[in-house]
Amino acid sequence: MSAITRDEVAHLARLSRLALDEGELDHFAAQLDQIVGAVARVAEVAAGDIPPSSHALPLTNVFRPDEVRPCLTPQQALSGAPAVEDDRFRVPRILGEEA
Amino acid sequence: MPYDEALERFEPVLGLETHVELGTVSKMFCGCSTTFGAPPNTHVCPICLALPGSLPVANVKAIESTIRIGLALNCSIAEWCRFARKNYFYPDMPKNYQISQYDEPLCTDGYLDVQVEGKTVRVEIERVHLEEDTGKSTHVGGATGRIQGADYSIVDYNRAGIPLVEIVTKPVEGTDRLAPEVAKAYVTELRELLRSLGVSDVRMEEGSLRCDVNVSLMPRGSSTWGTRTETKNVNSLRSVERSVRGEIERQAAILADGGRIIQETRHFHEDTGATTSGRSKEEAQDYRYFPEPDLVPIAPDPAWVATLKAELPELPSVRRARIQEEWGVSDLDMAAMHNAGAIGLVEATVAAGAPAADARKWWMGELARRANESGTALADLPITPGDVAKVTELVASGALNDKLARQVLEGVLAGEGTPEAVVEKRGLRIVNDEGELSAIIDQVLAGNADAADKVRSGKIAAVGALVGGVMKASRGKADAGRARELILEKLGVEG
Repeated sequence: MSAITRDEVAHLARLSRLALDEGELDHFAAQLDQIVGAVARVAEVAAGDIPPSSHALPLTNVFRPDEVRPCLTPQQALSGAPAVEDDRFRVPRILGEEA
Repeated sequence: MPYDEALERFEPVLGLETHVELGTVSKMFCGCSTTFGAPPNTHVCPICLALPGSLPVANVKAIESTIRIGLALNCSIAEWCRFARKNYFYPDMPKNYQISQYDEPLCTDGYLDVQVEGKTVRVEIERVHLEEDTGKSTHVGGATGRIQGADYSIVDYNRAGIPLVEIVTKPVEGTDRLAPEVAKAYVTELRELLRSLGVSDVRMEEGSLRCDVNVSLMPRGSSTWGTRTETKNVNSLRSVERSVRGEIERQAAILADGGRIIQETRHFHEDTGATTSGRSKEEAQDYRYFPEPDLVPIAPDPAWVATLKAELPELPSVRRARIQEEWGVSDLDMAAMHNAGAIGLVEATVAAGAPAADARKWWMGELARRANESGTALADLPITPGDVAKVTELVASGALNDKLARQVLEGVLAGEGTPEAVVEKRGLRIVNDEGELSAIIDQVLAGNADAADKVRSGKIAAVGALVGGVMKASRGKADAGRARELILEKLGVEG
């Protein structure tokens, strides 16, 4: 049974600004389906008396005080950026022509 | 469609989402400074740049501020809740997600009462949650500097990670034609409340308070809500009102033509008051929210929440009621002061020693008029409550009359210095020297023999013209009451 449809992959690709061709849509739908299937097996071992868990440790309220710490310099911050302009990260066009 | 016609046919439903940047000194999940206006990318670190291996830790002051906002809005505070990842692909966050809260907000189910045209409208609060602000993008290329048509964008992440509280109302129904006023009154009251809590500097022009306005229409007699639009970029109280009005008119025209409203984000344009279409809204599922694994849950200690509640300051609505009682002001005058943003100024002037009635008279009279003329807010006039208190003191002591006091205020506003300095420089003190006053009166009597004769013959009313003459000759600096006495004395008439 296929849980992930081609349409869903196409929708996700659009949100991700990824251009996938027809072949890739089928390819990824099958792969994602396998991944979702593998994760779904967790549900088989989780009995009704096991509460859903989001964190591995039984911790709450881990806070830090409101204190300023040193920052990076702009040179350090931008050193890994593929493109820089005016001390800012330069990124490709965000919206396509259709937006 | 004209507003009146739109309201005859449709009923508006409002919703307001307000984002407030908290006034913490450091960011939500790291120790970077939150100071506004720093050079680009100087307040960034591995955590807010999402460099591999970095982990966020929540700022306790931001949690505390959010709980205090919730308490002030009569909300329930969650006993246990989590942060969530909101995934999306705009580069305004370097992580490709924003840490927010989704189905477990810190505060839920509250309300804020606002006054509109003498009536109390209860705006119910759906939720108050905590998230992080995004970076600032500048769009390069294209004609408008907007994201549409840009060739590329450049991003400054100084703002990314500043704690941001989102306050969401439930749909507000039944406002009818007052929808724009209710929206404005709500944001005004909320801003005052936040200011009194000291949790944010709530400056709309700097973006530390931002408002998204949701509007939908339903035909009169229907109870099914229409499709809503969300207008962003509403950056002043006046714009809140205008954007609601404009959106009601726009949607009514489409619906009346048999058209359909598209659920979308719209951008408000301050200059024209119109909105234009933005992107169509993503559905919540497109954001693929899930619990943030890098942050452990928050479980506020009930004792802590109780302490925060007990230590809340006097809230603005309570304060207004108290002040109205103390000053003995009518509802109408109180509302006028509230709308003019004068209450705090009058209060500070009273604290500086002025009687409440005098403080109110100057702020709501001469100073309100001048603020209006120059198109500035009363609070932005270059005069302090202390200055105004000094002027009332000078009037009370007899050194100034109202006319001279107005000139003193004018001098202070023009940057000529303190009230005393203006009095000195402009020579505005009332003529108290009897000899000088007497000389002026003699001069006026000599030049107005007819009026003087009338007074001598018993027509006391004619003395007004003579007093007027004295005031004119002294350029307003004579004490009119004393001048009248001296004139009658000189003419041998009993006052």
